[in-house]
Amino acid sequence: MPKDTSIQSILVIGSGPIVIGQAAEFDYAGTQGCAALKEEGYKVILVNNNPATIMSDKNFADRIYFEPLTVDSLEKIIEKERPDGILATLGGQTGLNLAFQLSEAGVFERYGVKLLGSSMESIKKGEDREAFRQLMKKLNEPVPESIIVHDVAEAIQFGETIGFPIIVRPAYTLGGTGGGIATSLAELESLVKGGLNESAINQCLIEKSIAGFKEIEYEVMRDSMNTCITICNMENIDPVGIHTGDSIVVAPSQTLTDEEYQMLRTASIKIISALEIIGGCNIQFALDPQSKNYYLIEVNPRVSRSSALASKATGYPIARMAAKLAVGYTLSEITNPVTGDTFASFEPALDYEIVKFPKWAFDKFPMADRKLGTQMKATGEVMGIDRNLERALLKAVHSLEGKESDLANPSFLEAATEHLEKMLIEQTDERFFIVMELLRRGKSVETLHDTTKIDYYFLHSFLELVKLESHVADLSFHSVTKGQMQILKEKGFSDQYLAKEWNVTEREIRDKRKMLGVLPVYKMVDTCAAEFEAQSNYFYSSYFGENELVKSNKRKVLIIGSGPIRIGQGIEFDYCSVQGVFALKEENIETIMINNNPETVSTDFTIADRLYFEPLILEDILNVIEAEGIKEVIVQLGGQTALNLAEKLEDYGLTLLGTESRTIDRLEDRKLFYQLLDDLNIPHIDGEVVYTKNELYSAIQKLGFPILIRPSFVIGGKGMEIIGCQAEVETYLQKKDIPYPILVDKFYQGIEAEFDLAADGNHICIPAIMEHIEKTGVHSGDSMSILPPKNLSNDAQKKMIAYGKAIVQKLQYKGLMNIQFIINGDEVFVLEVNPRASRTVPIVSKVTGIPLVQIATKVLLGKYQLSNDEITVYQKYPFVCVKYPVFSNYALKGLDAKVGPEMKSTGEGIALASTYEEALKKAFYNGQLKKADTMQIAILDHTIDSKLGSLAVAAGVELVLTEEMTKETVALFSPNDSKKSKKLREEAIKKRILTFTEVETLQAFLEGLTVEDWNVQSVEEWLGEGTENFKLKEVHI
Amino acid sequence: MEGYLHLKNNQSFTGQWLTPPPNQQIEGEIVFFTGMTGYQEVLTDPSYKDQIIVFTYPLIGNYGINELDFESKEPHVAGVVVYEATNHPSHYQSTYSLKEYLQKWDIPLLGHLDTRAVVKTIRKEGTMPAVLSSNELYNKDHFVLPKEEKVTKVTASTNGCYGDGETHIVLVDYGLKKSIIHSFLKRNCRVTTVPFNTTFPEIKKLKPDGIVLSNGPGDPKELTSILPNVKKMLEHYPTLGICLGHQLAVLALGGDTKKLPFGHRGANHPVADLKYGKVFMSSQNHSYVVDEESLLKTGFEKRFINLHDQSVEGLIHQILPIQTVQFHPEAHPGPADGEYIFEEFMNIIKVEKRSVIAYA
Repeated sequence: MPKDTSIQSILVIGSGPIVIGQAAEFDYAGTQGCAALKEEGYKVILVNNNPATIMSDKNFADRIYFEPLTVDSLEKIIEKERPDGILATLGGQTGLNLAFQLSEAGVFERYGVKLLGSSMESIKKGEDREAFRQLMKKLNEPVPESIIVHDVAEAIQFGETIGFPIIVRPAYTLGGTGGGIATSLAELESLVKGGLNESAINQCLIEKSIAGFKEIEYEVMRDSMNTCITICNMENIDPVGIHTGDSIVVAPSQTLTDEEYQMLRTASIKIISALEIIGGCNIQFALDPQSKNYYLIEVNPRVSRSSALASKATGYPIARMAAKLAVGYTLSEITNPVTGDTFASFEPALDYEIVKFPKWAFDKFPMADRKLGTQMKATGEVMGIDRNLERALLKAVHSLEGKESDLANPSFLEAATEHLEKMLIEQTDERFFIVMELLRRGKSVETLHDTTKIDYYFLHSFLELVKLESHVADLSFHSVTKGQMQILKEKGFSDQYLAKEWNVTEREIRDKRKMLGVLPVYKMVDTCAAEFEAQSNYFYSSYFGENELVKSNKRKVLIIGSGPIRIGQGIEFDYCSVQGVFALKEENIETIMINNNPETVSTDFTIADRLYFEPLILEDILNVIEAEGIKEVIVQLGGQTALNLAEKLEDYGLTLLGTESRTIDRLEDRKLFYQLLDDLNIPHIDGEVVYTKNELYSAIQKLGFPILIRPSFVIGGKGMEIIGCQAEVETYLQKKDIPYPILVDKFYQGIEAEFDLAADGNHICIPAIMEHIEKTGVHSGDSMSILPPKNLSNDAQKKMIAYGKAIVQKLQYKGLMNIQFIINGDEVFVLEVNPRASRTVPIVSKVTGIPLVQIATKVLLGKYQLSNDEITVYQKYPFVCVKYPVFSNYALKGLDAKVGPEMKSTGEGIALASTYEEALKKAFYNGQLKKADTMQIAILDHTIDSKLGSLAVAAGVELVLTEEMTKETVALFSPNDSKKSKKLREEAIKKRILTFTEVETLQAFLEGLTVEDWNVQSVEEWLGEGTENFKLKEVHI
Repeated sequence: MEGYLHLKNNQSFTGQWLTPPPNQQIEGEIVFFTGMTGYQEVLTDPSYKDQIIVFTYPLIGNYGINELDFESKEPHVAGVVVYEATNHPSHYQSTYSLKEYLQKWDIPLLGHLDTRAVVKTIRKEGTMPAVLSSNELYNKDHFVLPKEEKVTKVTASTNGCYGDGETHIVLVDYGLKKSIIHSFLKRNCRVTTVPFNTTFPEIKKLKPDGIVLSNGPGDPKELTSILPNVKKMLEHYPTLGICLGHQLAVLALGGDTKKLPFGHRGANHPVADLKYGKVFMSSQNHSYVVDEESLLKTGFEKRFINLHDQSVEGLIHQILPIQTVQFHPEAHPGPADGEYIFEEFMNIIKVEKRSVIAYA
């Protein structure tokens, strides 16, 4: 069927700020979806309050609303834009829930909006637990028996009829607290009792346990003609019991016979047909490892994290196709964009393995509970591709950027075996590395299988790697033969690892390896296992076989991506990398992208001219550089990951466009940095670099309390602490591994502000200044901020700009730079200079219409200069933009919600409005915060001063000094560090009550509450037309 | 020990023997299979008789070999080429590793070879004669494959009886897959399998309700001697032709077949059913294909087409109760989406039975 011509405009719902469980994959899906709709000539209206996304860029939508993702907000947009259709299945659970609520509220009917893709009935059938069970019963598809209970008696009755083991899952708890597996009635009783207690809504789901079953997923697509295809299946190495987002996953399945593969595939197709889904759908099964019995675990009637992974694993663009199906096309009408001449109605055949590995934030938060279970805890993921499982796995491990040396986690080397065995039972994020260490110590695969239920197939593969490790130990750098080297490389050991084991430098290994003729080749991801000729530009390396890469002789530039999403390095860097690619393409430069994150837009093969799905370690990057004959590299767009490679790349003779390692040193080496600022007469905070405990003491003596301590070269304030007294110093010093040298700065309380600039070595472009709402001491990623600034004097702003200009000129800096300041009246101190793209670049670019990354990238090419300083800071914007952090603390049990120098938020949102208060209203508005008769804010350890008091009156809220939260409590303010405060915050998080720990945030919240209603306005309306016509001067060299 | 794959186009690939090196050179036509599971079914599918099979999926043997998923009693391929074959299969039903199984049947397994590169060659130059050898050098004379009726090597010599259902299916065995029998047993049939050259009078004696012409190896045109026989069956009984059986039906009624450049072998081939305007995934294994232009006078009408190359995937007869498919509705390996063909065939038989009664 051809496309639907009864509609002209389509509203697309995005998934909003990044939280654990709903991350960059929806930017990828949304970007693909929007691009597909635009390609078909539809007017795309997008609502997504996440500024770091690529989908919310003007290339992908005609109207962009950074407005709250709530029913009333969407209704306002619909009323205003009157779209003909709405597409909700690309926006994750947020999008689906909103579509459901809008439908219930009669909005679609009221405004004549057609829900595209799956119908509301289909979505309900997939989402409503009871309706779904009924349907599955009808289809004869087994679902594990379960009930929701509110008291112990119900649970006991269920247990008696269904038999054991039984899983108890308390509803709305952090990290599955209180849940567990009961094997007897007595255990069930105690678990349910505890679970009901833990649950915020006094409710538990109890379910027949299928823990230990193989967890298998299918990505299925269906069109309106009922053509159904499965794009890919996946097998979790960690069986049922660990959330698939926290599991190591392989694609395709490895341990299923064809009989089993087809049995589950047939079931998937039966289910998607019965649900009448139009588009993509994810179906999860649990398969008994000892029989053909299986259970259906879950159906997601939308694109998902797994569909993003499946798209990258196969090359089949699920979200793009789903969008086309939603507007009426059928699968047999759309061509396969990879091969170019086959149709979308086929199932990819893989001739390689995919390993997905989760990335957790526990290295930042050792206090958080690391146990894995039914609540997802990973913030991101990486993917490795190769022709064998071992190297695909090692590629994934290399992509984690962890402290691991290949498969060895150094912190386990000294641990007692009994201790490791105990840790293994605890089922933490370190489980894989513990398994490896136990195998190394001779524990049998049988023992490890008994504890972990990981399939023998995978355990044997792990064991093979351990055997190869000892093989490495038996060999030496001088004696290693080509054959031996070949095997080690083919199976995935890095040059870096071999260098460490053989006590030589990585460069020596590299040289020797090349001398021996052990070189990587590049294979194509072509969706069809080479059966058909493909025009694919998507490659992975392998240390075996024929090279398929044909390089061009064009000028080409490599952009190094930012790797897995983690706290402190999120999708904003993917946004910057992708914008960089677009700028280069505009200049007709061949763009080469390397990245390893399957969730992102940058790893969509339609973005760059060539995509290499590789770990971001020196070896793999150099390999691509050599294979492609690349001479120019951009490292300043991919965050700290890429920047950290700068010096090494220069050592190998590469030209870094923009950021040179010498410059990085001058800005990141504290001594050189202060030297630079002193030379320029720029005030900075007093600080010292200390290498020992004694130096720390003397630095404190010199600086006086409070001080700020942090390691050098960090992401997201990892390991930062504010220390206010001697006792706290002693506590700090008790830590095991203080990462000397550390930076000790005088901690200075003031207003924090920052800006991003693009520079050509002389002139600078600064679109806007952002002022932080919280005072210094809160990580910039966790603070709210406002653009344009509200409390900065003109003089202060002028000084900031002048300092920026001075630094740029002194360094002859080219490209993007982020500078953070502390301001006290007219006094301005430079706090930090980051010679790279930053978290705020997308925000500034989007709300000012000045494409910072594009400008910077074009300057870096050497073809353009800024004609003048372009400072639009003083321009009168018709709006106030508030940026706010979004936290996933609900998923990370044990993590205190108090904000500080160490970043904790996983995402961010922005709100645009004509007044500060209205913007704040939108920033805090989540749809649930309806005006009730009484709204209370619980306050612990803080006085209610007159400012707070009068704000509360204006806001119509009651401030209560209390240690308890009630039904009326809408927010908690608890700034202290005491045990009591922490406990209350933990309770608030559990109950999903807003939690503030800085008085400025509370004030902002109250100010927002003073506003009753708000308006919606697209960014295009705010900016007016023609703002993006930013002129660059072409230079002829 | 190193082993070699030599192709007729002068290309050679080096690998490692994973089974003991064969005593002599192994000759066969080289073909590739793109399914990611199902190696056991492929190895024992008689249609692969004497071919050297390359698996495009790089890890073969992960779930071992079990006693249940055989498509016939023994493996039929001449040799197997993979990238890796595990020594540690893992599956509750597994009784052998792939290596053990092939070794038992004296079929060589050549591993650690860039199978993707081989596939690209076949894709470009077509299936061709190949040699598996322990010698780096090879004799070009070996690249002539003997013309032989492979069907005679794989068909059963006597009749076989299965099940005791109501409908009686006579299944002509040109090298049948066990799953075809199962597909009918599942539908309450009694199945009698007969050797490929069973004459029409003999078949008539069996009083079939319907006839199935099975899959099998090789070029259908090697079987011209049996075509008159097939024609009679088609004229007298509801008939379902599968794969080679489909091609034979066309030849018997005066149509023609031709060779594909590199065949269809996999589990992901999209087939459009023109009757319902629907697309589904099919399991395929064939080198030859029905020539669409030759159908004009056969009374056959195109019903299924392959969406990759538009080739004929199935026919219905305008007058006679005949249905034929090029793909494998019985799956194993591969998707069972086309299984409804059996349902339809059962209905045809029912209708025919009724009309026979009506006219009697």
